[in-house]
Amino acid sequence: MPKAQLFITCLGDQFYTTTLQNMTHILERLGVDVSFPSEQTCCGQPLFNNGFEEKTRPVALNFLRAFSKSDAPIVAPSGSCVSMVKHHYAELFKEGTPEHALAVDIASRTYEFTEYLVNVLKVTDVGAVYPHKVTYHASCHYLREMGLKTEAKTLLNQVKGLEFVQLKEEETCCGFGGAFTVTYPEVSRSMMENKVKDIVASGADTVVMCEPGCLMNVAGGLHKAGSHIRAMHIIDLLSSQ
Amino acid sequence: MSEPPAYIGFEEYSEHIPASIPAAVQQATSRFVSGRAARVAELPEWEQLRQAGSEIRLHTIENMDVYLAQLEEKILSAGGHVHWAQTAEDANRIVLQIAKEHNVKTAVKSKSMATEEIGLNHFLEKENIQIIETDLGEYIIQLAGTGPSHIIVPAVHLKKEEIAAIFSEKLDMNAPADPIELARIAREILREKFLTAEMGISGGNFLVAETGTLVMVTNEGNGRMCTTMPELHVAVVGIDKIIPDWESLTVFLKLLARSATGQKLSTYTQFITGPRHEEGEFGPKEFHLILLDNGRSNILQDPIGREVFKCIRCGACANVCPVYKNVGGFAYGWFISGPIGAILSPQMLGIKTARELPYASTLCGACADVCPVKIPIPTILRHLRRRVAEGDAISLPTIPVPIRAAAGLSSLALAHNWIYRFGALILPTLMSIFKRNGWIPSAPYPLSRWTKSRPLPPFTSHFRRWWKTARPTQGKDSTR
Repeated sequence: MPKAQLFITCLGDQFYTTTLQNMTHILERLGVDVSFPSEQTCCGQPLFNNGFEEKTRPVALNFLRAFSKSDAPIVAPSGSCVSMVKHHYAELFKEGTPEHALAVDIASRTYEFTEYLVNVLKVTDVGAVYPHKVTYHASCHYLREMGLKTEAKTLLNQVKGLEFVQLKEEETCCGFGGAFTVTYPEVSRSMMENKVKDIVASGADTVVMCEPGCLMNVAGGLHKAGSHIRAMHIIDLLSSQ
Repeated sequence: MSEPPAYIGFEEYSEHIPASIPAAVQQATSRFVSGRAARVAELPEWEQLRQAGSEIRLHTIENMDVYLAQLEEKILSAGGHVHWAQTAEDANRIVLQIAKEHNVKTAVKSKSMATEEIGLNHFLEKENIQIIETDLGEYIIQLAGTGPSHIIVPAVHLKKEEIAAIFSEKLDMNAPADPIELARIAREILREKFLTAEMGISGGNFLVAETGTLVMVTNEGNGRMCTTMPELHVAVVGIDKIIPDWESLTVFLKLLARSATGQKLSTYTQFITGPRHEEGEFGPKEFHLILLDNGRSNILQDPIGREVFKCIRCGACANVCPVYKNVGGFAYGWFISGPIGAILSPQMLGIKTARELPYASTLCGACADVCPVKIPIPTILRHLRRRVAEGDAISLPTIPVPIRAAAGLSSLALAHNWIYRFGALILPTLMSIFKRNGWIPSAPYPLSRWTKSRPLPPFTSHFRRWWKTARPTQGKDSTR
């Protein structure tokens, strides 16, 4: 029986309870033994990306301890948070220390949700039905840091009734960038408005993505623009029956 | 642009951007982006070329002293002069001295980032030497009295109507908003200058150590005129432009034009090795190369930051940067803009002056994906953010104290899950007072900076409780 430890991410934890419940349901339906280490908090990326490397270290240690109690793969609904663990944790600790070894071990078994489904479980059809016109925004870290170019689309392709429409500038950043939204709110807003304009122009009634941060930004932007287009996490779309 | 800026206020600038700038910039850059993509798709060896370009640059960065010495020796034996300029002031003074020795009243200049960096035009004008930009884009911004807003297309922020207005005002004529006609007007004026100027000034794209050759890559032909028509040619080039040999040059020539403009090769590629050697040959009687350091050797000591000197100034990073495309080049406050400017200016001007620039990025990584020499731009941005936030061997922290304190507190809370969980428990209740129709349209500071542009979703955080109490039985034994 495959196992997975849920890494719910701080944004998931604060804003996306339903998505996390759906993630649990999908994994359990696929026969995965799911566990949830409740000591987890945040991966520390907001501190790390803003230059606070020293202050990231204790946060990373908390994460490593929380997930080292089991040797099961770690699965998260975010490519960005996974990339933090996978690509940056090891550089926080001196090579040769037990912390570094632990970071390398944890990094090697941490997966983004769609990556875990398609590449580990080898599942592309989760039995979802969603008879709508759907477009897809490729989130930056999911796409470029994790290199996940096909996984989301492979899963969407198998959803019954779904009509896929291409988004113009699919790979262009939506303007989220974590603290960037509050550091340079005007620039973040112009970027978000460009993205919203492209989503509206696509003719889709739903836009889907694999990142809670981008989802908060895009959903808020669509709402502000008075659009009725639904912004969804891919997990919520995949659990539509 | 003349004196280097005392402080670069990216945020302040970003709050008052004229709507015409992103419109003009997005139109021009999207053409470059598609051109580049088409050229890259034609070359199956593109990734190997990038890798080779990156490795050659790193090798040269590590052995710069050796190659620079070789270059000097070769230029001297070809009959040229070599000057070493430690600072921008030194470089300006050397140019002035050469000009004075030759009674120069007018100089024609081809496009160069190094002379923008040292503020040469402004300096020479103060000394009553007329200096004429001859690249069309540079000519336009010289008339407008601004600096460049893009590495390769300095007037990218201007529409043809705005350019016509600048010509009409500054040249006292009625210029039409027609690109061909505007170019004709500029050519007519510039031709006269080429024929009368006593000195030609240029920059350089590469310096080939092997033979002491200055390589210039241009499109308008003005660079060739500047370096052949006057009897005196002075080139100002950063020491980072050095490459070992002609074999390396082939790699960079393949990478540069494709990345920059989407051309296979630029219209003119010039190789200049010293002055003309005998009468009847093309070229000036005297050739001077000013090798500009201006802080570069210090930056070369930083193993992460120094990779910025792999740059071949193609501008591809700016063309794909969503931040640059929404703010334009002037937001970066100095001669170099876009992602490369965000990692170069803070190192050259000092982090205190440019501490806002490393944060002017969402770390989306599009720049690193297209960089022809694989500069790890997001990594260097983080490296410089760390210099701002925590300080390093080069600088003490410069971030405002309240932000440091907030970071300290969040580190404490996130490292102790009981504090975090307590916060997660009370946040939904606390924030519920701001909830209106399923959204938080306006939140207290600092989240107010989020909600001024879009609402915040409501805090839910019921997952932990649900996991413990309400989750269907399957797998419950694995709860910890």
